Amino acid sequence: MQALTNRAKTVDRKPMTLLERAYLPAIFKGMSITFGHMFKKAPTISYPEKTRPFSPVFRGLHILNRDEAGRENCTACGLCAVACPAEAITMEAAERKAGEENLYREEKYAARYEINMLRCIFCGLCEEACPKDAIYLSETFAPANFQRKGFIYGKEDLLIPNPVTEPEAYAKAKGGRVAVK
Amino acid sequence: MADEIKKEPPANFKVTIDNITIEVTPGTTILNAARTIGGDVTPPAMCYYSKLQGSGGKCRTCLVEVAAGSTADPRPMPKLVASCRTTVMDGMIVKNITSDKVKDARAGVVEFLLLNHPLDCPICDQAGECHLQDLGYEHGKEGTRYEFKRRTFEKEDIGPYIQLHMTRCILCYRCTYVADQLTDKRVHGILDRGEHAEISTYISKAIDNDFSGNMIDVCPVGALTDKTFRFKNRVWFTKPVDAHRDCENPKCCGKTTLWLRGDEVFRVTARKDQWGEVQSYDGKPGWICNTCRFDKKKTTDWVIEGVTKINRHSVISQGKYEGLVMPKETIQEVLGGRSPRLLMDIHTESEVNKPTVHLSEINGPAHSDTFNEGK
Repeated sequence: MQALTNRAKTVDRKPMTLLERAYLPAIFKGMSITFGHMFKKAPTISYPEKTRPFSPVFRGLHILNRDEAGRENCTACGLCAVACPAEAITMEAAERKAGEENLYREEKYAARYEINMLRCIFCGLCEEACPKDAIYLSETFAPANFQRKGFIYGKEDLLIPNPVTEPEAYAKAKGGRVAVK
Repeated sequence: MADEIKKEPPANFKVTIDNITIEVTPGTTILNAARTIGGDVTPPAMCYYSKLQGSGGKCRTCLVEVAAGSTADPRPMPKLVASCRTTVMDGMIVKNITSDKVKDARAGVVEFLLLNHPLDCPICDQAGECHLQDLGYEHGKEGTRYEFKRRTFEKEDIGPYIQLHMTRCILCYRCTYVADQLTDKRVHGILDRGEHAEISTYISKAIDNDFSGNMIDVCPVGALTDKTFRFKNRVWFTKPVDAHRDCENPKCCGKTTLWLRGDEVFRVTARKDQWGEVQSYDGKPGWICNTCRFDKKKTTDWVIEGVTKINRHSVISQGKYEGLVMPKETIQEVLGGRSPRLLMDIHTESEVNKPTVHLSEINGPAHSDTFNEGK
């Protein structure tokens, strides 16, 4: 049969040499490699206590942004949903009523906005597509769970805290990332 | 000499547009001659509408260069001409995309049209099928040089079916021609002049003519939009299908495009041809009446013919898979007739597209209370 690749090796069935048959040299060689690792720097960290610094382009869970006055930026234009290759984003829009001007920046807003984190591949195309500065991928990991239920993120999960009423939570949610120009 | 003057004009005029020669009947405009060729040769048109008499000559996007006036007088025309208003002459040579002058002038025209046009495409319901968006992408320049305040108007309510956004209007006059030629009584027109010109119903009269809804279809921008569809969904998330019904109104053609979301009819429009105009049937434009457009929002009202053909370069074709064949579901066979255990039903988790909220049945746009009912 023709080989699929040129990297296939035929099995070597030659009888073992004396050194190989003695068995112990190979054991000691292996032990010395294992022992040598005790004096090297550990490549792992104790995760929950210590965290690694994020790359400036890390893409984690999404947040829906607000402006300085605490109004939601999203106008439900649907560009994130159409850009999404995993079709994870869905939304329903509504018209802003009189008296809701302090809640929503534009005439139209997303009454419902959902990201299915089971579908999301964290590619960041929604962030790129957004014309209103409304969606960002943050420095937070998506949590793990045994159930699928909690992975449909609604607006209450995604919205950044209000900078007017909860300035500390807002600053924390904004993170330490500096815009790269 | 006298013989030459009396010479019969040829039955057909030969005209060369961008090095393509065609024969058209005398009296044809350059734009319509170019439309018979089609493709990139056709100048864009924002105000001209072949189904509305007297339209055209206002937006200047269809400017072309006439390199030779005719065989008899081959001098070029000194200025670029509006192709929707200039008729062809025998032996005329027209340059459209082959002329740098035209390209430059068109980019300038686009810049002028966008001077006062708000950049609220994310909010505008016309986005995705807007002619000004297409024009800007294809013929415009990036960026604007305009530094002044854009013109604004007081919001005016012109009735329960049509939403007027005067700031988005480019004053193409198409809607007033619809009011003039389709409806029996014209109740809206252009008020004031120049910068202040605006479309308005006379003394805010509601437009309740039976064919007034066609203004929505002829509007090249989002100035006139369907209030029953307002903010319900983006055009590219709805699925267009061709449908018809027997309309009682003798003037209504009854052939429409339904814009569906699942089984819900979100919007009804007239069918559009390749120029974005209302399709003609037997030489008659297929206008539809307001009953068909605004009141028949159930699939049972319509006979659905099939999926509307959408240009694959249009955003509307996004996420729609033509010729999709679903593979045979074999899991039940493998499991011996049992269905697999569903780990999550999306409808119990998701708040979007709730089976209890029917957006298509609400008359106007949804509000906060539409979604918060029962909370």
